[in-house]
Amino acid sequence: MVLVFAEATNGKFKKAAHEVVTYGAKTAKALGTTCVALTLGTVENAGDLGRFGATKVYNIAVSNGFDSGVFAAAIAGAAKALDAKVIVLSHNSTGKNITGRLAARLDAGSAPGVNSLPEVSGDKLTVRKTVFSGKAFADVEILTDYKVISLSGNSIPVEESGSAVDVETLSVDLPSAKVKVLETKRAEGITPLPEAELVVSGGRGLKGPENWGVITDLADALGATTACSRPVADVNWRPHHEHVGQTGVAIRPNLYIAAGISGAIQHLAGVNSSKTIVVVNKDPEAPFFKAADYGVVGDLFEVLPRLTAAIKAHKSL
Amino acid sequence: MKMLVCVSKTPETTTKIQLTADNSDLDRSGVNYIMNPYDEWYALVRALELKEASGGTVTIINVGPAENDAVIRKGLAIGADDAIRVNAEGGGSLYIAKQIAAQAAGYDLILFGKETIDYNGSEVGAMVAELLDMAYVGEASHLEMNGTTATVTRDIEGGVEVVEVSTPFALSAAKGMAEQRIPNMRGIMMAKRKPLNVIDPVEATATTSISSYELPPAKSAVKLVDPEDMTELVRLLHEEAKVI
Repeated sequence: MVLVFAEATNGKFKKAAHEVVTYGAKTAKALGTTCVALTLGTVENAGDLGRFGATKVYNIAVSNGFDSGVFAAAIAGAAKALDAKVIVLSHNSTGKNITGRLAARLDAGSAPGVNSLPEVSGDKLTVRKTVFSGKAFADVEILTDYKVISLSGNSIPVEESGSAVDVETLSVDLPSAKVKVLETKRAEGITPLPEAELVVSGGRGLKGPENWGVITDLADALGATTACSRPVADVNWRPHHEHVGQTGVAIRPNLYIAAGISGAIQHLAGVNSSKTIVVVNKDPEAPFFKAADYGVVGDLFEVLPRLTAAIKAHKSL
Repeated sequence: MKMLVCVSKTPETTTKIQLTADNSDLDRSGVNYIMNPYDEWYALVRALELKEASGGTVTIINVGPAENDAVIRKGLAIGADDAIRVNAEGGGSLYIAKQIAAQAAGYDLILFGKETIDYNGSEVGAMVAELLDMAYVGEASHLEMNGTTATVTRDIEGGVEVVEVSTPFALSAAKGMAEQRIPNMRGIMMAKRKPLNVIDPVEATATTSISSYELPPAKSAVKLVDPEDMTELVRLLHEEAKVI
């Protein structure tokens, strides 16, 4: 059996949860078994995960607030109770806090941050993940009985293959929480960067935070999330959580539009898995053009408003 | 406070990745190695700052062969008091975590970088915390200690979460935690005399193996679009790239 941990934020599922259930259902099919989903704490319409291929949804009550030890114990407990040998979760901030604990708890081989469905041959399961910050792929064979896989965001398309299913409460022994959550601050109303399919990003070429309107206007027209380069976050022109690159967030959107960013190798390391890259820069020698699919050599303060108008015209067709 | 900083050796950030002829490994000829930047800039430097503020000791641990000593000595030159190298090679994340856990008894705080820039796993810290039944805070961008209680800010999608935790605990450090330090000549000289204890690994088996590597397909040449004609760019994104 494949067990998928589907995370809910404030009781609601985000795209990442639908992606992991889709992934789990397809993996189960390849293994000739079924996929069930696990939710923790209070979740609205948990049975909805059946639409993405879970044949059943289980819920374990946990007290409010995230603690990696409690969550890992709950998931490991469910895997043992249900005899699920393959466990799938998201490679997001929650997943990165849990995956290692879960693997240690189950003495399992783990593949964190995979990008595609596993290759299954008999009991052998091999998954592909990016390594060297997106500069190569590695095929990882998991050698243990229990297998833990965490899936990078935007790696596979969400697919609906069923309808809502029953939710059953499961009870497992849980340790007490060692971490007390004091405060959670999240920008509301935007798609977080790792989940965003469309991203518009600005760099030093914007010259100052007061000029960011050309970025946000384009992002609004596209329905995209905004991002920025490291120097911009370092001088606080933009919030830290918008910083994409080697030391910031690594993303893999369908479309990444970079304006006024030269394309240092450290920046590319965070965005080189994007499916399509558009670079706007007035310097035709900017290294970013070598990594781009489409390039516009020009003044971003003229090009971006023109692009925003063209997007709006396209959307009104 | 007794602090343990777990460091990894990785290819330098700007390394051009090439593979061996049979794709079984990275072609390591001519590759320069460094201390994993998250381990050095953020985890190690924050530990040193805490020691400078309130006393204690900072120990570095690395799991790897003798050639890793250069990276460990750099950590000592930046200011760590002593170091442990578990003399082992390969084995994967859980193998490495078990080696660290076997040496980590008695520390109040165990620090990791948020990921290594080679395998990008982000999991050894959480594994060690689980093996030692400790609290763990991943991707921490801020840490304040007040006696045995810590306030830690961790990065989450689109924001941060602030948590409180008591020693002993483990964390992985992200940007914001501290600023890079360059070792000075005195530090480099002193590092040569600081203890670097080499220890044999404990028994553990590998749980994963990498069967092969592959490089991403070469990017085709950029298609330049007339800056006056953004309607054409929109057409290309819609009809050719099919992303809008």
